[in-house]
Amino acid sequence: MGVFLIVTIQVDMHDQLAMKLQDDLTSAIAKSESRGVLIDISSLEIVDSFIGRMLANIAAMSRVLDAHTVLVGMQPAVAITLVELGMSLPGVRTALNVESGMALLHSLSDHPKESEEDASSDT
Amino acid sequence: MSKLAEIFEKYQADIITDWIKEMSAANRRKDLMSESELKLQTNELLHAITDASKNGNSSDINAPHWAPVREMITSISSSRAKQGFTPTETASFVFSLKQPISNRIRKEFGKDPDALFEELSASNFLIDNLGLYSADAYVKTREQIIVRQQEEMLELSTPVVKLWDGILALPLIGTLDSARTQVVMESLLRTIVETNSQIAIIDITGVPTVDTKVAQHLLKTVTAARLMGAECIISGIRPQIAQTIVHLGINLTDIITKSKMSDAFALALQRTGKTVVKRMQPLIPSTNSGAVS
Repeated sequence: MGVFLIVTIQVDMHDQLAMKLQDDLTSAIAKSESRGVLIDISSLEIVDSFIGRMLANIAAMSRVLDAHTVLVGMQPAVAITLVELGMSLPGVRTALNVESGMALLHSLSDHPKESEEDASSDT
Repeated sequence: MSKLAEIFEKYQADIITDWIKEMSAANRRKDLMSESELKLQTNELLHAITDASKNGNSSDINAPHWAPVREMITSISSSRAKQGFTPTETASFVFSLKQPISNRIRKEFGKDPDALFEELSASNFLIDNLGLYSADAYVKTREQIIVRQQEEMLELSTPVVKLWDGILALPLIGTLDSARTQVVMESLLRTIVETNSQIAIIDITGVPTVDTKVAQHLLKTVTAARLMGAECIISGIRPQIAQTIVHLGINLTDIITKSKMSDAFALALQRTGKTVVKRMQPLIPSTNSGAVS
């Protein structure tokens, strides 16, 4: 099984979808014994406080399941919106793109780079 | 038709000649406006005033039939504001019409004190209102110019500089207000995405004062950059500002701060895994190519 999970969010998130992602992701982490989760939100253009809280929740849940979460590719508009909403996502690690996010996960989990990631779940 | 309108009609040419003479005697700006242009403006304006006073009473210049006069005065005043006339010079364009009209009224009603007084006060009232209207238009134009300049300054004052691969600098100069911070934040975040930079140095050497609001704006910018995966270093904090920040109880513990931009740059190089090395022998540019290899 893969060590890292990649989630790419490519559609506008509505609340139901967000809850489903939360469910799927936690069970996938448990099942595959992942050490890291990379969430690519570069295509996400609209956020609300619910999505913001969901991202924070996913990070916290992964933390409990002993996996690091890295959020990559956040759009400037999304970042400004989250800050204006007062959500600074304190427990979440961030990176500019998937590459640097992967590098960050590797350094966090201190895992040799040879073991490549798989099990990508597109939403 | 009012008596005032009759006088305008009757002595139109005389009034214009006197009006221009009056203006030349006062302070006409020959360097900013030619004689012929002035003549054209006076002619048009007097025609419009004559027409308007023929159509109804002249006590209320906000009435619909005075609209052409108002438009003309607005355009004349605003063009003068742009050309660089002083407020006095602009207002005296309308006010110097007062004397020529008074002269004609005196000529017409000199024998009848009651009528003379009545017409004089009516014409004074009219000219005063028109003069005030032109002053208003002048000020409005100047305000538009100020607003435009503010916008231009806003754009000019927020450059994001690339210092090295993956390192950006944002030298802030001047007071930070909400509107400016918004522009700063947006341009910084946009440049972070464009240049794929991991570190941004915000230099506040040129920010005169830091209060809670400015600090809050800075914190927001830093947090937004962090959410995108970039790290911010704040540099250029002067001793007085450090004191203010602590006295105000602003919590900057989560943010890396450096007193000088060079310190911040050194840290940024370190974070991106780069070092600056001194050569044993300085590299001398070759004379024939002139380029540093």
